[in-house]
Amino acid sequence: MNEEFHVSASPHIRSNDTTTKIMLCVIIALLPTTIFGITNFGYKALVLIIITVAAAVASEWIYNKLVHKKSTVNDLSAVVTGLLLALNFPSELPWWIAVVGAAFAIIVVKMLFGGLGQNFMNPALGARCFLLLSFTSSMNNFNCDAYSGATPLAVMRDGGQYNTLNMLIGHTAGTIGETSAICILIGAIFLIWMGIIDLRIPGSYILSFLVFIILFGGHLNTGDLMNFCVGELCGGGLMLGAFFMATDYATSPATPKGKIIYGVIAGVLLGIFRMFGSMPEGCSYSIIFANMLVPLIERWTIPRAFGLKGEKE
Amino acid sequence: MTLFTFRGGVHPYDGKDISKDKPTKEYCPKGDLVFPLSQHIGAPAKPVVQVGDRVLKGQLIAEADGFVSASIHASVSGTVKAIEPRLVATGDMVMSVIIENDGLYEAAEKNPDFNENMSGPADIIQKIKMAGIVGMGGAGFPTHVKLSPKEPKDIKYIIANCAECEPYITADYRRMVEEPEKLVEGMRIILSLFPNAIGIFGIENNKPEAIRKIKELVAHEEKMEVKVLRTKYPQGSERQLIYATTKKHVNSSMLPADAGCIVDNVDTIVAVCRAVKEGLPLTERIITVTGDAIADPQNFKVCIGTNLSELIEAAGGFVEKPEKIIAGGPMMGFALFDTNIPATKTTSALLCLTKKASSWQETSACINCGRCTQSCPSLLVPSKLSDFSAHNQTEQFLKWNGMECMECGSCSYVCPAKRDLAQSIKAKRRAILADRRKKQEGK
Repeated sequence: MNEEFHVSASPHIRSNDTTTKIMLCVIIALLPTTIFGITNFGYKALVLIIITVAAAVASEWIYNKLVHKKSTVNDLSAVVTGLLLALNFPSELPWWIAVVGAAFAIIVVKMLFGGLGQNFMNPALGARCFLLLSFTSSMNNFNCDAYSGATPLAVMRDGGQYNTLNMLIGHTAGTIGETSAICILIGAIFLIWMGIIDLRIPGSYILSFLVFIILFGGHLNTGDLMNFCVGELCGGGLMLGAFFMATDYATSPATPKGKIIYGVIAGVLLGIFRMFGSMPEGCSYSIIFANMLVPLIERWTIPRAFGLKGEKE
Repeated sequence: MTLFTFRGGVHPYDGKDISKDKPTKEYCPKGDLVFPLSQHIGAPAKPVVQVGDRVLKGQLIAEADGFVSASIHASVSGTVKAIEPRLVATGDMVMSVIIENDGLYEAAEKNPDFNENMSGPADIIQKIKMAGIVGMGGAGFPTHVKLSPKEPKDIKYIIANCAECEPYITADYRRMVEEPEKLVEGMRIILSLFPNAIGIFGIENNKPEAIRKIKELVAHEEKMEVKVLRTKYPQGSERQLIYATTKKHVNSSMLPADAGCIVDNVDTIVAVCRAVKEGLPLTERIITVTGDAIADPQNFKVCIGTNLSELIEAAGGFVEKPEKIIAGGPMMGFALFDTNIPATKTTSALLCLTKKASSWQETSACINCGRCTQSCPSLLVPSKLSDFSAHNQTEQFLKWNGMECMECGSCSYVCPAKRDLAQSIKAKRRAILADRRKKQEGK
């Protein structure tokens, strides 16, 4: 036979999943909250989103060119990072700060550490914290045409009441993507249905947070436990963080038990920040902190292989 | 009806419909037949014939060398043409006996000592040994050794591996549908060796016809039952099969016999029946010639030693240029660069895939998505193990239980970045095993 055959190691068939398809699913899951954010905050939000995503993709493309590596923008991971970052911005944020943030997220947090899959903390959150520290007043300016001033969490911190139905639907001040709990949940259900995330991380994060704040009597101020819990859950970046940021593959544990420990650590930290911290928001910091502990968590939770409990000597 | 199963595993495209309903055809080889002296686990057999000898069908041409070894018999009558190294499916050159087929198929005389009624355990084991039966599911472990554990009284389960979990292969299925009585009889014979054992037929639920037939035959058997398994790869892996049918755990440092189980493939059990009842040595097996590149995919009853390229012609040749030709299944089989290799006792299929069905995609970075961890039947973390293998971190590899890997390939199958996880873990595991063997021999 003169024909040539392809020879390689087994297995010789593969599933149809690809990295790009996974990223695309995440983008689709973020669409409800993105569209809601644009309708809630207006055309400025749309422009900001486009600029941030473009800056993220451009940063990755430029970096790859500078270091003479193959372009990786086709795997859509830069688009996801850019979109997540944009959803963490207030709609009035100056465009140049958004570009600086996107470049920081991609170049410093992701590419300098080894590119896709090698980042040690969530790039979008890392950039958000960098901007919060460098441009505090711009990043905390939630005044816009539609809403004035304080976010629901700030109001609750000062002892006021907030309409939790508005918080669920999203007609409140806040960053572009975090206001509508319902839109985020729709996206999260889509991701769970597609098998991209499972409930271990968001579940343990949210549950341990709730247990913590109830234990420490946060609801005693307002007297209404249900309203308080819903308010705390829908306020700030908790929903977006629990389902889209904490679940980022590269920065969460690979081991099933590790995922739960990671979620609990982040949840307790968020409880501490919200109850006792000086800022009303702490979601980004809690997730970043937990990201740092991931290598240690993985080492603690090496799964017991099949059959090793029945080992005979 | 509850379906028995195990944790992990994947669901590749089944591929069995194209070949499973066609009756098995007997195939008479045209060219020379090649008998590698090592087609089983253990020491290679020693040839007992010389170049120029005339041999008959069923005649012993190589005898077992030691306890863990198996004898080899001619599957046709003819003349010994040569004894020289020949290419086999794994790519190695193995010393083989080459027989020129005279087309007469003259059978050797039956062993005058053979008595169908001799049925004590020692007699049965002896008959199985004389017939050269090895595990025909792919591993090729000598069956007479497997059926001689240290404590026969401790064996509780004889499990017939009717799962055939690899996609595309339907050889065992056809055997179950066409000769179920021999399968049940073979099980009966094996059960007579183990007074405390019951027989379990573990069949996947994508084979309803086979389930029906075997259930009918064991309906009145006290010591046999059928357990229907959820169709999933790798259900046919020994450890997963034992777990699914008996809930017992077996790890890499144990033999199934340590858990009171013995697992045998369908074809092996049928061969046991023919050896014990009719004195026939192992000289043929069913091979599925299939894949989307083949014109008429079907099963053939093939004489051991037949050149596999003949089978491609017999199945109608190629309807499209194949991208890959695989000896075995798509998950664990060997890709061939030359189809002029012999069918051995452990060759279950010849799979010819076009570019569309097989896969080659560029590898990209691991994103730590965890799909490999979810699908690993040994409950390992393949992404980490593959990393340790690439960076030569033996201690970490052992700490994360890399030696428990059964090389099923589920991790590579499921990886969205198309990383060669199974390949790197296999390489590291075998390097460690080779090291250990060297140290033992050095002592």
